[in-house]
Amino acid sequence: MSGITQKRNFGAAQIILFLSIAVLVIVVAVPVLLIFFNAFWVGGKFNIRDVLKIIGEPDTYQALVNSLIIAAGTTIGSTIIGTFFAWLVTRTDLPYKRFMKSMFLVPFMLPSFIGALAWKMLLSPRAGFINRFFMANFGLSGPVFNIYSYAGIILVEVMYLFPFVFIQVCGALERMDPTLEESARISGAGLFTITRKITIPLVLPSILSGALLIMLYSMAHFGTVAVLGIENGIFNIPTLIYQRIHQSAGSFASIRTGTVLATVLVVTAAFIIWLQGKILSKGHYQIIAGKSFRPMELKLRTLRVPLFVLCVAYIGFTIVLPTVVIFLVGGLKTYGLPFTWENLSLDNYKFILFDYKVTRDAIWNSVTLGLAAALITMFAGVMISYVIVKMKVRGKGFLEFLGMLPFSVPGSVIALGVILAWSGKFGINLYNTVWIILVAYIARYMAFSLRANSAALEQVHDSLVEAARACGATMWQALKDIVLPLVRPGMLAAFFLIFLPSLRELTVSIMLYAPTTRTIGVAIYTLNEDGETVVSAALAGIALVLIVTGQSLVNYFTGKSEG
Amino acid sequence: MSHVRLVNVTKRFGLVTAVDSLNLEVSKGECFSMLGPSGCGKTTTLRMVAGFEDLSEGEIYVGDRLISSPGKNYYLPPEKRDFGMVFQAFAVWPHLSVYENVAFPLRVRKLSASEIEKRTTDALRSTNLLNAAKDSPADLSGGGKQRVALARALAINPDVMLLDEPLSSLDPHLREEMRFEIKDLQRQYGFSIIYVTHDQSEAMALSDRILVMKLGVVQQIDTPFNVYNDPANKFVFSFIGLSNFLEIAWSGDKPFPRGSGAPLPLDLTPPDAMRKAKTFSLASRPSEIDFGGEDGLRGVVTRKSFLGEIIDYQIKIGEGEMRVQKSRRTPGPQVGETCGLSLRRPFWYTGTE
Amino acid sequence: MDIIQVEDIAKSYGKHRVHEELSLSIQQGECFTLLGPSGCGKTVLLRLIAGFEIPDAGKISIGGTVVSDPSAGVNISPDSRGLGVVFQDYAVWPHMTVFDNVAYPLKLIKMPRKDLTERVMETVSMVGMGGLEKRLPSELSGGQQQRVALARALVAKPSLMLLDEPLTNLDANLREEMRFEIKELQRKLNITVFYVTHDQEIALAISDRLAIMDETGHIRQTGNPWEIFEQPADPFVFNFMGIANFISVRRVGEDYLVGNGAQPMPWEKPEGDASEWAAGFRPSDVRIAPAGGAGLRGVVKRASFLGAMMDYLIDVDGASLRTSIETHEALTERLMFKEGEACVVNFRNLLWFDARSLAEVLKR
Repeated sequence: MSGITQKRNFGAAQIILFLSIAVLVIVVAVPVLLIFFNAFWVGGKFNIRDVLKIIGEPDTYQALVNSLIIAAGTTIGSTIIGTFFAWLVTRTDLPYKRFMKSMFLVPFMLPSFIGALAWKMLLSPRAGFINRFFMANFGLSGPVFNIYSYAGIILVEVMYLFPFVFIQVCGALERMDPTLEESARISGAGLFTITRKITIPLVLPSILSGALLIMLYSMAHFGTVAVLGIENGIFNIPTLIYQRIHQSAGSFASIRTGTVLATVLVVTAAFIIWLQGKILSKGHYQIIAGKSFRPMELKLRTLRVPLFVLCVAYIGFTIVLPTVVIFLVGGLKTYGLPFTWENLSLDNYKFILFDYKVTRDAIWNSVTLGLAAALITMFAGVMISYVIVKMKVRGKGFLEFLGMLPFSVPGSVIALGVILAWSGKFGINLYNTVWIILVAYIARYMAFSLRANSAALEQVHDSLVEAARACGATMWQALKDIVLPLVRPGMLAAFFLIFLPSLRELTVSIMLYAPTTRTIGVAIYTLNEDGETVVSAALAGIALVLIVTGQSLVNYFTGKSEG
Repeated sequence: MSHVRLVNVTKRFGLVTAVDSLNLEVSKGECFSMLGPSGCGKTTTLRMVAGFEDLSEGEIYVGDRLISSPGKNYYLPPEKRDFGMVFQAFAVWPHLSVYENVAFPLRVRKLSASEIEKRTTDALRSTNLLNAAKDSPADLSGGGKQRVALARALAINPDVMLLDEPLSSLDPHLREEMRFEIKDLQRQYGFSIIYVTHDQSEAMALSDRILVMKLGVVQQIDTPFNVYNDPANKFVFSFIGLSNFLEIAWSGDKPFPRGSGAPLPLDLTPPDAMRKAKTFSLASRPSEIDFGGEDGLRGVVTRKSFLGEIIDYQIKIGEGEMRVQKSRRTPGPQVGETCGLSLRRPFWYTGTE
Repeated sequence: MDIIQVEDIAKSYGKHRVHEELSLSIQQGECFTLLGPSGCGKTVLLRLIAGFEIPDAGKISIGGTVVSDPSAGVNISPDSRGLGVVFQDYAVWPHMTVFDNVAYPLKLIKMPRKDLTERVMETVSMVGMGGLEKRLPSELSGGQQQRVALARALVAKPSLMLLDEPLTNLDANLREEMRFEIKELQRKLNITVFYVTHDQEIALAISDRLAIMDETGHIRQTGNPWEIFEQPADPFVFNFMGIANFISVRRVGEDYLVGNGAQPMPWEKPEGDASEWAAGFRPSDVRIAPAGGAGLRGVVKRASFLGAMMDYLIDVDGASLRTSIETHEALTERLMFKEGEACVVNFRNLLWFDARSLAEVLKR
């Protein structure tokens, strides 16, 4: 066989591995390590007493407690609502189930801080429309509901976070083998018993995993608390970090406090992710069916109409109402005027799109930053995922550990770390430029890219690549001809998973922006803080249009390629 | 005495008729199999008996008790039918222990604690699961899981056991073992079985009677022996066991295998019913063909495969082929040789059915 | 001439030793099957030959060229070994049409477009897929996908093809059909096939020679199908190659008595002085007759009609044995037994095994 020739392997695997590790170290690991370093090392010495002292200060202590209260409330509320609606749309004869299901997923698209703005307009104690309406018409002396409270913050977070539980439980219920329930039925159990004894326990891991995800988000959540809490002195960890860094212009003490709070946040997040992994690996039952029949439906009978009305009311109240308010306020000449035709116009929208430099810059910044971050993160993500999922090289374990990092580092922590790392400490000063925001976006969204690309790569079975090798393809040829075309959908998904959320990003940008580097989120937030409520609302309206249009396009195209 | 009775049962999904006016009676203690290719309506029929599907028309009785009748607008829900049922995908509950899986039907019936304990233990003993009572079913093999499903179905000591391809998720070796276990359990408990499968050897080995179904229409209901030896039509013949079909055409008044210059020998004279057909099939089973003398049906050996216990031959006759399977002890021709075949039992079929 | 030579190969994964001092040679033009239970390491050997795995020690040559020899630092990558490989899970590329899948090996060697098209179409129709070349794999059945994989492995005209359980994921009918087709292609193209499977029927049907590997990765016997089936080297091979009966026989004085009863075994005595023996035989080695004749007296415990065959489970003094008899023969020779009926059995063929060594084999 003269066809057999020996070629040397030039260590292509080592190069890819090295690059992957370098990306993760520079973008994620160094900033996080700098935070730990700043928190624990003072004057070159390890110092835990100071850390404890900072945590013990009334402000920081209160922020920790607030974070816990809000996260606990949000998690409990979202889990109950999410599980209930998921059960309703998958296991009952509720009318228009499919439509309802897609409506319940809408909050995924809506930025919660814009929602919070809307609710502020509706329910702020003095100026809120609802409160004013009731005070004027029913002679109440005080507001019906004060949104500037724990309850207000929790309610708004629940509205925007419950889809995490909803979608997990829906998925589990839909994929569940119907014979698991049928066998209970033939055993003599009625539908109520089956739901209680079989269905709920089987989807419990999905419920818990969704709940923990919500807890993680809520702990690290900035927007809602920033909009609704600060007014009444309610800070959580991310808002306190922001406030300290923002107000004291980078003094040592405030950075110190920030890093300590950030450390607490990272540790909590890591714990939650560990717990989630535990629940998923231990309690994840193999309940997926091969042969499928339609699962049985509970006949709601007399409850059918009331529950339908409840769903419609929920959707109307939590999705339609705030959205409408945003657009209406965005059309007002001055905030506070009643919604009459004379008072409404498109002037604000024209103004921010064509005349107002601040908002035009913000839109431009967000779009370019989003595109750049999405592209870079997509390519880096596919490379890193490839090493983690497919390659057998030494040193992979370290990369796997690094790959976990982006999942457990909340946005405000990343922002703080990026400030520490890129403000001239290593000879490069990006502070007050767009570049620092870009670096932070890449770090923040790396997790999304890793998840989407790993999932796509898991689908590419090893034998597909080996078949190509056996056909005479070198490793690079196999990568180019087989692997890349097959993970393209995953890469595309990663791109949009990053591009669309980055259009509305607030948590990271708010800590890093300079006067010329505002993003859409920052502009909405600061305009609102400055009392430019109508302009802020109009910009929020435009952001909503951008995001919803983009998401619908993505859904349309991915849906089409799947079908 | 008939125990489960289906009268004119019809099921339509939209425009498709999945089951077309099916009548059948299953006797007490009988093992009755429904056999057919996938999509023939056998599983739908079983699910109608279980109560998971409504009937479009017809009635189902258990003993004298009506359980489904769209005409009388009567429908007894599955949980009130007191059947045992085993599913293809095991359907054991992974969050409950083996013991609790089996005890579940008894608990929902609110039996006394001692009764639950006794019956659960009995069912576990019958299925050789006593040692695994505390285990999680997730730790059991496929065969183990299916035993749990069987024990759970047995626990209420049902009169009727519905089995929906219970063995097709198991590997072949285990499949054979389990079918005998099911038979033993039936003997021990005395329930009637309605068994759905697409595996004809399984149906043959287990059943007292077999129903062969195609596209929702019954082809034959009979004992395994009669279904095999006296198939109602070409479909049943080809579905049960290995089969050969040789296409025959009249040329003058002599029958010729397609592409062959020699007519069929005299001992293979087609019956008169074949006279009218332009072409028809000569059918036989590979195990019922002997290598004969010069005056048999003649062909050339194109393949000879040693399969261990048996030797498998492929014989080319004109443009057609016949497979012959002989015991390894029976001498036979080599590849390339011409041989004569004698068919112990020729079957003749016109058309495609 | 040997086309593949495997010499003293060793391969471990961590502490798990899959192969040790394994040697094997495969001749030019033959269909060689490596048969063994799942997890015995047969796929590892195939992957070593293909170059997807690197041996820890030993030497592999293909067509006289050393392709793996860790001691000499030789490791030729799989793309340079010039093999065709077919995998259990088909491994057809889902983003390419049938044509593109099959054309890929030719595109890599930059074959001119016209020749390429001709060769691909020829190969596609050879595996019975003519007319389907524009389809995507998702539009094909499992059997069709495996045909595409076969065509892809054959298109570059390799002299050696490796097949890793290619029929396992297909249903029984298709499996039977395809095994003959693979054999047919191998003959027609005169290529060497190295086939790995756990299914003894496929191995017997297609092999010129086969090797039986046990759970520990050792080759127990190599030979042609007839030798392996009729002259098994040991109880492992005997047990693996088909339904095997083992009944216990104990020596009492000069007599060899079956089960726990007092009937002597109607067969020549074993050689050796062990006191516990097992008689091994296939179901077809048993001759069953109505009660009253000479032979072991037993009772039919179970009678199953399986169509072409009648299958009986017979109890002889606590020892059970299975026998099968053609239904036709059973009917004409009056050998249709009912459950509970008495019968006698004799043997056509029988192998003696030391009970202790047998127990070890069966335990594994």
